[in-house]
Amino acid sequence: MSLASNELRRAPGIAIGLGILISATLAPLIFNTYWISFILTQVLLLGVAAASLIFLSAYGGMVSLAQVALYGTAGFVLGNVVTTGNSKGLNLGWHPWLGVLLGIAIATAVGLIFGALASRSAGIYFLMITLTFAVIANLFFGQVTTFSGFGGISGVRTPGLIGEVDTHPNRLYYAALVVAVLVYAATKYLVRTPFGITLQGVRDDPVRMSSLGYNVPFHRMIAFGFAAFIASLGGVLFVWWNGHIDPASIDLSSTIDLLVICVIGGLYRLEGAWLGALVFVVINNYIRSVPGLGHIGLSEERFHTVIGVIFLVIILLSPGGLMGILGKGHELAGRLFPGRQVATSEAPAATSRRASGGPMP
Amino acid sequence: MSTAEAVTTQVRKQLVLTRVARYTPWILSGAAIVFALLWVLVLAQPCGDTGCTGTQTNFGSAVHDPQDFLATLLDGLTSAGVYFVVASGFTLIFGLMRVVNMAHGAFFLLGGYIALKLQRAFVGQDSAFGLLSSQVHFWQWLVPSLIAAVCIGILGLGMQQVFLRWNQGQELRQALITIAISIILADQMVAHFGAFAEDISWPGVLDRRLDLHVAGVHYTLTRLFILAVAVGIGLALWLWLKKTRTGMVIRAGVDDRQMVSALGVNIQLTFAIAFFVGSALAGFGGALGGSFASLGPGVDGNWLLYSLVVVIIGGMGSLGGAAVGALLLGLVSNFSSAYLPGNYTFYSIIFTFVLLAIVLAFRPLGLFGRPA
Repeated sequence: MSLASNELRRAPGIAIGLGILISATLAPLIFNTYWISFILTQVLLLGVAAASLIFLSAYGGMVSLAQVALYGTAGFVLGNVVTTGNSKGLNLGWHPWLGVLLGIAIATAVGLIFGALASRSAGIYFLMITLTFAVIANLFFGQVTTFSGFGGISGVRTPGLIGEVDTHPNRLYYAALVVAVLVYAATKYLVRTPFGITLQGVRDDPVRMSSLGYNVPFHRMIAFGFAAFIASLGGVLFVWWNGHIDPASIDLSSTIDLLVICVIGGLYRLEGAWLGALVFVVINNYIRSVPGLGHIGLSEERFHTVIGVIFLVIILLSPGGLMGILGKGHELAGRLFPGRQVATSEAPAATSRRASGGPMP
Repeated sequence: MSTAEAVTTQVRKQLVLTRVARYTPWILSGAAIVFALLWVLVLAQPCGDTGCTGTQTNFGSAVHDPQDFLATLLDGLTSAGVYFVVASGFTLIFGLMRVVNMAHGAFFLLGGYIALKLQRAFVGQDSAFGLLSSQVHFWQWLVPSLIAAVCIGILGLGMQQVFLRWNQGQELRQALITIAISIILADQMVAHFGAFAEDISWPGVLDRRLDLHVAGVHYTLTRLFILAVAVGIGLALWLWLKKTRTGMVIRAGVDDRQMVSALGVNIQLTFAIAFFVGSALAGFGGALGGSFASLGPGVDGNWLLYSLVVVIIGGMGSLGGAAVGALLLGLVSNFSSAYLPGNYTFYSIIFTFVLLAIVLAFRPLGLFGRPA
């Protein structure tokens, strides 16, 4: 295939991406403050955290449940470093940017340790091991009053650039947007470097990569460290947005929520992170306005039943999530209108195989 | 010195270095374990009457304070009993079908709630404050627990038949399906049973302390009962797997599913039996755990964690591994919270992680794990 036709094939995708980026930039002009400060900012930061999980799952074949714990670790470090006057925690009161740096550094280091421990397993074992890390991190912050304790850390200051989130919601929104775009670009770049290509080789056939002389656990560990880095960015944004972090923000239910976001969006496409986050947050906020749900016993408090059913339906119908459905629709359109150039999804043939829990032995 | 000699010395040096690097983790974890044992047995200094300072611990070392040491040991063994009952169901299902049942914690909690509600219905009182053990006869504990086990067994069997049977081999998808079911179950349980922690009452016969006549320990009979039940269930499972035809098929299926089914065995029936028994163990574990600790939102996650830790340590699919994993988890968690310096006992959760880390560093598949 010539380069020109390759460019042409990707054109619709690029156009859609640019369209989304432009509308996201203009969003504060279109939407009201509630949508910007509550919904869209949350979508962006949850999407960043989800992107760390999808990066691991799509390119490393590792579905990790430790991402919320890592994101929380960054958040707790930030909270401990910058606040003063909390009843629990270290209350160091240092500069907000120093807190950000330390939060990211420590969460990435913890991620590397988790990665080193989990790197010799894959597929379903990886899921279980990372889940235990997540629950242990939650119990740790719940019990260790030196760093947090049950009530968590409140009153986390943002740097001057972001300012008061309540009075300037747009600043945090743009910060989250910039981080999201950077995370997306960096991940897309990373997977095309020699490291990223090796990682995808490890995903598809660890045994062959190992016999070719690649250090499989090492590549997995570094990928996990990178994902922890992304997750920690999400954690910093979360604490700025929320002003508060407590162990309940990283409990099992939040861990599963992030997985739900990724599965709804699609575990095998990076774009699915933000798509899933959008669907999740919008459902969470607007479930009360859906007519008829109350009659079958599903009220606002039963959000998790609704999201659980949606999650179940998506796994049963399309393991690739909404992005998978979109990709299939696109292919179908291509088949119906064969004259058109169609940008197929990256590796549709491999999706079903990867959906079965990593490479088959 | 000739070139050859120089090369030899260099190679030798490198060999020594590699060896040092290879044995460092062994030496480090060995030293840590030896220190922990010494600490508990001899070194720990008890806190004074006014409070704990420095590295003083709540309990003195085993040599000075054998009573508390023995009590902690029994605490560890008895918690290990409940961990084993719950985790053995998990490992049975995983070993045979490669299904990671993430709804195991939710099954546990639902089993506990069913037993709780049945017990209150049998006793005829449903107050928010629970029942006094003197009101409860032994059968009013046992029958609800058994019914709960059967109910959860049927629920698990239904889940397997409806959601898991048609996508065998897609491990991740199956795990995600069970996660979805656990989300729905957990949320519905909050809706129906409320958000307050409740516990199942022990029968009056068991709710007393027994003089062990060793080092003056008076120990709760209920906990010894748990230990006995766990040992009984372990033995029954072992006999079932080793001595009966179904058990034989299950063991063969753990090793090679396709071969067993090619030999004309109805593997689907075996899967159904294993799923029923595995889920029923979660339900019975819920009744045990609900009497031993409490039932409430979030409890499902904790027991899922215990099951996961036990099978990751012991090796997935191995019954013996589950027993060893449960013992290690029970002992480490109880001893670390009793023998950490008194002002720092809340760090004990770290030791669960350290235990997991040590096992994974040396045996990524667990102590008794075999590659699939």
